[in-house]
Amino acid sequence: MQDNHKPAAASTAALQLEVAELMIECLNLEITADQIAPDAPLYGDGLGLDSIDVLEVALVVSKHYGLKLRADSADNQHTFNSLRSLSDFIAEQRTR
Amino acid sequence: MSSLPLLSHATPERIIAWRAGCPVTLRQFMAEVRQLAARFPAGGHLLNMCGDRYRFSVGLAAAILTGKVSLLPSTHTPGVVRQIKVFAPDVFCLTDSDSCTVDLPQSRYPAMAAVDRDDAFSIPEIDVAQRIAVVFTSGSTGTPQPHVKTWGGLVRSVQAEASCLGLLPNSPCIIVGTVPAQHMYGFESTVLMAWSNGYAFCSDQPFYPADICKALAAVPAPRVLVSSPAHLRTLLDAELELPEVSLVVSATAPLSIRIAQDIEALCRAPLMEIYGSTETGLIATRRPTQTAEWQLLSGIKLAVKGEGVQACGGHVETWTTLNDVIEPVAEGKFLLHGRIADLVNIAGKRHSLASLNHLLNTIPGVVDGAFYMPDDTDHDRIARLAACVVAPGLDAARLLTALREHIDPVFLPRPLLFVDALPRNGTGKLPREALQALVKAQSARASG
Repeated sequence: MQDNHKPAAASTAALQLEVAELMIECLNLEITADQIAPDAPLYGDGLGLDSIDVLEVALVVSKHYGLKLRADSADNQHTFNSLRSLSDFIAEQRTR
Repeated sequence: MSSLPLLSHATPERIIAWRAGCPVTLRQFMAEVRQLAARFPAGGHLLNMCGDRYRFSVGLAAAILTGKVSLLPSTHTPGVVRQIKVFAPDVFCLTDSDSCTVDLPQSRYPAMAAVDRDDAFSIPEIDVAQRIAVVFTSGSTGTPQPHVKTWGGLVRSVQAEASCLGLLPNSPCIIVGTVPAQHMYGFESTVLMAWSNGYAFCSDQPFYPADICKALAAVPAPRVLVSSPAHLRTLLDAELELPEVSLVVSATAPLSIRIAQDIEALCRAPLMEIYGSTETGLIATRRPTQTAEWQLLSGIKLAVKGEGVQACGGHVETWTTLNDVIEPVAEGKFLLHGRIADLVNIAGKRHSLASLNHLLNTIPGVVDGAFYMPDDTDHDRIARLAACVVAPGLDAARLLTALREHIDPVFLPRPLLFVDALPRNGTGKLPREALQALVKAQSARASG
């Protein structure tokens, strides 16, 4: 898929691992962080998250990194595509 | 023939909706409804997929004017869409999205021509017996069960709703909903309640807490927030500053008393809960911070029939079984003691366990399988189903892909446990305790 919304800040592997661990803890997923491929889709056929999960993860991520998630900007449509896109968004927006 | 008006607003200049911070008058709404109606395909049924609540509402009104029935299935998986097509072969899909993948003839929501102030204006009268919508429940055999909603029933229901919520007819309140218009609760409480009581609604369906604050701030007071426990809990946890709200409404699952109290404190407004079902629409309300008892809408009566409780009266035209354990306590009042064992309710979506098991066992390669709903441990966390499956030749990914064809993602098993055999007893039945023990043992093994 073409990536039209690449944020300025790219996430590091360490941040991706940290975000994966936050997701696993928050959703009680029965996998380990290294099993979430950075570019696999989080929705549908990939990790299989649904909108309720996204709401949960959004809350945890907002608090942990001191940022706000919104659905109305173009970047945000794209935020939950994959672990990498979510981590990139966090790298760009985090205040702590 | 007895009829009721499509809209109950007093004048053509009254506001029916807010879009991107701008008001839409009744005059503009009706002009756009007529434009859309003139472009509709011939089919007698439509699947209204518009994500924008205003467009959904224009689509619904245009369908009513042209005698078309809106179909409201509980989910839009490919399997359910195929079943919808069998139910109504002439169905088409109204969409406002470029990426709608529903496998039906698609009718794109058009760009609307400007509205002339001098155009003739009238509010159509609709026959109370006209079939407006068919909503579907999961059934117990995997085939969605249709429930017809007539105009008279819907109008009576949402007028009684407004009265129970303490909202006056034709007051200038604006409904902001976090729930979709395609779900029975959002259909009644965000769209029809505005139409038939002279209110306005906001076209957005805000998702994240910050979106909810922004949507509320974009419309004037008095604001009514129509939401669900999942959204209200994250709204509380986000600790944001909320604009003034006059009333908060919650439905789809009971809210814990702690969250109800905290929401009332945060919003400095009453929180009312609604009880209803796809089959009956809403039938009762309560303010959980003041009483555990539900108050039935005027005209509705309960009767204990066999093992269950049925409701009838008001907009509920025939005796209808309620899928919850209900204890009538006084005239017009009852207590709710949870769901009936076969029914699961996840984030407001209901499914029969028997039907889920049926679907699981029809997947090629599945020898035996059963879903398991854990006991409610944490009231405010959304519980997920587990499933135990005997399927030697299948892996989890293939099995989940096959299930996703037929069921809404919220019902996908988490965990999905592969086992050698299910603990069926001599008669082939699967006692819940045995399944519970198996799920516990397997989960412990997986995480240990």
